[in-house]
Amino acid sequence: MRILRRTLISGLCAAALVSTIGCKKNATDGSTAGAVEASEIAIGHYASMTGSTAHFGQDTDRGLRLAIEEANATGGVLGKKLKLVTLDDRGDSAEAANAVNRLIDVEKVTAVIGEVASSLSLAGGRVAQRRKIPMISPTSTNPKVTEVGDYIFRVCFIDPFQGKVMALFARNNLKFDKVAILKDVKNDYSIGLADAFQKAFTAVGGTIVVEQSYSQGDTDFSAQVTAIRGTAAQAVFVPGYYSEVGTIARTADRLGLKVPLLGGDGWDSPDLFKIGGDAINGSYFSDHFAPDVATDKSKAFVANFTKKYGQAPTGLGALGYEAGLVLVDSIKRAGKNDPSTIRDAIAGTKDFEGVTGKITIDAQRNPQKSAVVLKVEGGKAKFETSIAP
Amino acid sequence: MRALTRVAVAAGVLLVIYGLQFGVEAGFTQYVQRIILLAGINVILAVGLNLINGTTGQFSIGHAGFMAVGAYGAAYIGVQLAGPVHGLLGLGPLADAVVFNLALLAGAIFAGISGLIVGMPSLRLRGDYLAVVTLGFGEIIRILFNNATFLGSATGYFGDSPSGLPEYTNFFWVFAWVTVIVLLIHNLTFSQTGRSLTAIREDEIAAEAMATPSTRLKVTAFAISAASAGIAGGLFAHMQSGVRPEDFRFEKSIDMIVMIIVGGLGSISGAILGGIFVAVSLELMRDLQQYRLVLYALLLIVIMIVRPQGLLGTRELHHLLRRKRPAKPAAPTEST
Amino acid sequence: MTQLLQQIINGLSLGSIYALIALGYTMVYGILKLINFAHGEVFMVGAYTGFYAAGALGVAGFEGRNQAFPLYLAVLVLIIAMAAAALLGMAIEFLAYRPVRSAPRLTPLITAIGVSLFLQNAGMLLFSPNPQRYPAILSEVRFELFGVIVTNIKLTIFVVALALMLGLHLFVQRTWTGRAMRALSFNIDAAKLMGIDTNRVIRSTFAIGSALAAAGGILFGLDQITINPLMGVLTGLKAFVAAVLGGIGSIPGAVIGGLLIGLAEQLTAGYLSPEYRDAITFVILILILLLKPEGLLGVVRVEKV
Repeated sequence: MRILRRTLISGLCAAALVSTIGCKKNATDGSTAGAVEASEIAIGHYASMTGSTAHFGQDTDRGLRLAIEEANATGGVLGKKLKLVTLDDRGDSAEAANAVNRLIDVEKVTAVIGEVASSLSLAGGRVAQRRKIPMISPTSTNPKVTEVGDYIFRVCFIDPFQGKVMALFARNNLKFDKVAILKDVKNDYSIGLADAFQKAFTAVGGTIVVEQSYSQGDTDFSAQVTAIRGTAAQAVFVPGYYSEVGTIARTADRLGLKVPLLGGDGWDSPDLFKIGGDAINGSYFSDHFAPDVATDKSKAFVANFTKKYGQAPTGLGALGYEAGLVLVDSIKRAGKNDPSTIRDAIAGTKDFEGVTGKITIDAQRNPQKSAVVLKVEGGKAKFETSIAP
Repeated sequence: MRALTRVAVAAGVLLVIYGLQFGVEAGFTQYVQRIILLAGINVILAVGLNLINGTTGQFSIGHAGFMAVGAYGAAYIGVQLAGPVHGLLGLGPLADAVVFNLALLAGAIFAGISGLIVGMPSLRLRGDYLAVVTLGFGEIIRILFNNATFLGSATGYFGDSPSGLPEYTNFFWVFAWVTVIVLLIHNLTFSQTGRSLTAIREDEIAAEAMATPSTRLKVTAFAISAASAGIAGGLFAHMQSGVRPEDFRFEKSIDMIVMIIVGGLGSISGAILGGIFVAVSLELMRDLQQYRLVLYALLLIVIMIVRPQGLLGTRELHHLLRRKRPAKPAAPTEST
Repeated sequence: MTQLLQQIINGLSLGSIYALIALGYTMVYGILKLINFAHGEVFMVGAYTGFYAAGALGVAGFEGRNQAFPLYLAVLVLIIAMAAAALLGMAIEFLAYRPVRSAPRLTPLITAIGVSLFLQNAGMLLFSPNPQRYPAILSEVRFELFGVIVTNIKLTIFVVALALMLGLHLFVQRTWTGRAMRALSFNIDAAKLMGIDTNRVIRSTFAIGSALAAAGGILFGLDQITINPLMGVLTGLKAFVAAVLGGIGSIPGAVIGGLLIGLAEQLTAGYLSPEYRDAITFVILILILLLKPEGLLGVVRVEKV
């Protein structure tokens, strides 16, 4: 009985402690940061603003913020101003789920934008779907993201398409038939994209001579590059993130592997050129947006973005902007600030003119869009060609 | 009679927790509820780790690996069992409860076995070496999961539905298991075996000289603490809707160490407080997230220099409450 | 065959860097019986000091052109980094380890983990968590011998590491402080009784070990192209395993251990799978602790009751 009494006392103390803290959080949060006035519509954005993929989150946020500001400058939506709340998930999936919960409970958002990385979108998306809040991912390319449920959308192409794009480009434009793959096995984006590339490349008669791997965070790629050097590969498909690709390019250059590298939208960051230097020239990657391609809307976007932030937008900035535009348009069409009506409006997006092309959301909640292939030349990415689905 | 009283009390406690659940779910937002659940899971982790690090004095810094084994084990078994159990008991809270608890037990058993595998060779080492080896094993376990294709590799394991693992974890189950594990470990610590463990901590060679089978006891304690980390892992998995190797990095082991150091190495109530502290500070420091680990590190250093015994040292909360009573005067010695 | 040779060369150069770091671990453990978990972070700080020093000395102006960063400036960068690391090492010893030197074994262990964590995360805040490209303090020149590509950077690593290790050996064998360090590693109390200022010797040990780690850091940056604030974590751990493999407390042991670990890692990455390159180090650690805990060159120490 003594043990029981002690345990009960300890347990009650703990419970009391937790309850007080919980109540305190409830009270403070309700009265300060979470205040949404009746004249505002709150939108949430969860992104990796810190951590090793901070560039992704920050750039997307910049584009999104620009879209929201432009909407507010023309009088807002449904007569109300839009309030954008951005929470940092530090690139951690548990944090992403937490962030979405917090956006819904504390910031009282009616829609969520996020995330860049597919694994984080999956984590946040499950929460959004369960809580029935519509979510638009600006750049997650893994097909599983929109399969989570009918409240999850995206405004970018998906990896099966992206892999096919580079496979077709390698085969038809560069006339290669032997390619090696060097993928990041710690990153499901990389694995998915490598898979898609391999399927598409072999389907058009190419051969994958060897498949090597690395882990996100590695710095030494000499073993893998040496192994690839011993094969007859005419190019290496490296569907990883910019942080490793630059080093891989330099290692390849140093060890005498002189073939071009091919990649995906994970390359898109100024750090790619900073780290890769001369070694990355002559390589190609697929992306959503080419800054040097002109349609009126994209020219205006690039100009406004550069004016506001002092730097040109990457593909992610463009997609963040586009996600914002689509959401604003959907809220307008929905006619009221209600999550399920907004969800229906997003699903009904048809021929919406964005900066990366016309967007129609299909039945799987993905858009049908073209991809651009960019060539790295002189430390910059230049438009090479565009491939439609 | 005593057994019947115990059962009645146990049922009573469970009823109280069940009642609290309604209060919590009604009174707090989902966001706060999540923190409460995380606090409970942390308590299980801390109390389990305290058994081997605190009571037995064998410093393990790779416990995140066992949490991972428990998480993956529970997730996988849960998915496998769901079909047959639902076939037998239909679709309902009873079937869910059976599946969930069987899965948690399976996860704990897997974790306990891996604890045995890791413990048996490692616990022959002392101090610093043991710490590094456990760190190594923790990393090896994570790397293995990272490469296990049937468990999703780096992407993680989400069961067989696109919306992830079923979210069995709720207030009731977390705190029911907290009660079970705290009671188990409390009873173990204050039993004969527990005293032997403390003896091992204080002076292993002397304990062995007094016929304590130290290696066997150390390994057993290690396995038990691994198993409770496994339960915590299983609960965590079914709250996250998926298990990722990234959730069990070295950082997680560090969090666990902070929990028991802050509360006091060797104190169960200290571990409970430490577990709650880490969960709550995680959220309170949300705006300072980048500084969280820096602050934790400073906390560790400062505590070690200024007050190495943490909040409670090796004492328990209820011991402190008891000391308030004045000591009885000593009985006069009898003259021969 | 050339592939094997290439992997071996790569492994040996990586191993030389591990050896430099392992020396610091082995010296500190020999005297204090403490695993200086923060040593990996000193390595990282050394690398970053080199990064910023080179930047301050205008290395950016030499990149891309055919001119090389002057050699005397490169040496200056090395000296600055080694000095900064030595200061950091001494500071850590004074602030974090000395107060708990007499405490039971567990306390300094936790303190060391705390210092390590602190430096990692402070590094992330101060230096940005993104990988930074290491400046061309030495401009790269490639040679090809029998199909194996060797850069002048790899050669520099061998030369510098060898020179530093020889220097350390001479220091420990011939100088007064070196002899004092050896005395402390045998019996610290007896050394105190003989009138040796143990605090000073311990300080010097930390300083020398940290300086060597910083040199390793700069070489690592040149070889691995990028640096990031968490580079010390895994590398430090591997270097520690190298020290244990060679026999903790033994300086030649640390060197051999480092080279072996480097080779094992590179060969595993090349012939087994790159995913297991980190795991192999831990497997080696477990095996050596189970089979021959005193290490390859170590001496069995009897524990007295």
